[in-house]
Amino acid sequence: MYVAVKGGERAIENAHAWLAEERRGDKSIAELGIAQIREQMKLAVDRVMAEGSLYDPDLAALAIKQARGDLIEAIFLIRAYRTTLPRFGASQPVDTGAMACDRRISATFKDLPGGQVLGPTFDYTHRLLDFKLAADGEVPKAPQRDAAAGDVPHVTDFLNREGLIEEAPQDDTDPPDLTREPLEVPADRALRLQALARADEGFTLGLAYSTQRGYARNHAFVGELRIGAVSVEMDIPELGFAIEIGEVALTECETVNQFKGSKTEPPQFTRGYGLVFGQTERKAISMALVDRALRWEELGEDDVGAPAQDAEFVLYHADNIQATGFLEHIKLPHYVDFQSELELVRKLRCEAGADQAQEAAE
Amino acid sequence: MKEAFDEDAPRQRWLSLMAKAPEGRVEALLAAAGVRPAFTWLRAPEIGSTMVRGRAGGTGAPFNLGEMTVTRCSLTLETGEVGHAYVQGRRKACVEAVALVDALMQTAAADRLRTTVLEPLRDELQAAKDTRAAKAAATKVEFFTMVRGED
Repeated sequence: MYVAVKGGERAIENAHAWLAEERRGDKSIAELGIAQIREQMKLAVDRVMAEGSLYDPDLAALAIKQARGDLIEAIFLIRAYRTTLPRFGASQPVDTGAMACDRRISATFKDLPGGQVLGPTFDYTHRLLDFKLAADGEVPKAPQRDAAAGDVPHVTDFLNREGLIEEAPQDDTDPPDLTREPLEVPADRALRLQALARADEGFTLGLAYSTQRGYARNHAFVGELRIGAVSVEMDIPELGFAIEIGEVALTECETVNQFKGSKTEPPQFTRGYGLVFGQTERKAISMALVDRALRWEELGEDDVGAPAQDAEFVLYHADNIQATGFLEHIKLPHYVDFQSELELVRKLRCEAGADQAQEAAE
Repeated sequence: MKEAFDEDAPRQRWLSLMAKAPEGRVEALLAAAGVRPAFTWLRAPEIGSTMVRGRAGGTGAPFNLGEMTVTRCSLTLETGEVGHAYVQGRRKACVEAVALVDALMQTAAADRLRTTVLEPLRDELQAAKDTRAAKAAATKVEFFTMVRGED
């Protein structure tokens, strides 16, 4: 039987009109501007850029406003917008060694060249609500000190004199791109890193935590965590040379992981890598742990059947837009599907009833 | 980042500098310089994206990190010089100004633009960068060892 599904237009229009009104909230309260969101909800903006996979703070702030603060909805809006943009090209790989670091810490080496720079961190705060923020308060100026000039070297660069840490030799293979070709497994590390960089923070965190709790434990230390700005360079065909086309804020996490050696590799420290748009350190650390867990095969480790080792499981469930799209579609009208299921159950019950009547009669 | 615009690859330097200017700044500096030549578009301002790449482990094989918005344009002055612009973000007015400066830097107006647009911009960006670095430096941990008084 066909069930008519026309007739919702008026209801939908009215629902969206009410949505717009609810988005605005109480009109006696000042409306939020995009610049206010960009400047004061910066870490939400950073998350939307990272998982939306498009670096543009103004667009991310607009998406957050439009989505009423629902960050996955905002990420959805950014992903949809992204598909409308013509691609001018790809940048040269960013040089995180030349990052202008706001923050740079190592949990493994106390006295590293360049020092432990805390930056604007929540660490060491007491996590007590600050009621001064509820009142309009002047913010005191952050103290300044003379900074040393020059780039801050990566911890692994100077640590590896003994050769105890796995190297990451330079390679210029053109990487696969999951926005151009559907993601398929087996996926090489470049493809996994792309998927993880835009993966849901919560999902990545949960998987990373599972490795710490013993599901493919890989004994990770944060060798280095750095947050700051890097220049983006791109070759410009009409000029015939590369220029910097802008600057992005990134969070980079490098783990060093205890490794007893395997059939193919000597005992050494291995590495996991996280690189994410914006100030997003929880995500970057999580990414590094999951990256390391997924490398079990190339390092000759055993597959212990842990979720974080299963590339197909991780990569196919890490994208919150794919996940939410499929999950949320089940709330949309399925009247016809359900009608056929209903008919089927009725028929089965009818047959079962007939069988029972038959048995009783015998 | 102390760009010297006469040394190696000067065009690369000024285009890189202007791409990192805050929104509206290149337009404002160009307007203040009072130079506004006529031009025709070779490519009208166009918004698109660039795929930003990183390297596994910071130094290894490249991977695609995510895209960024970019605006570009190309124009030609009546005197024939061609200017190009590629700038982060969605900034059509900005790329027009950047391409104009790029073209004008190839004319007799170069010295004037160097002192009225490029050098002030370079100094502003350097100052902003220095301030941020100084704030970071103030959060550097100074470890000290307690004297244990064993002798």
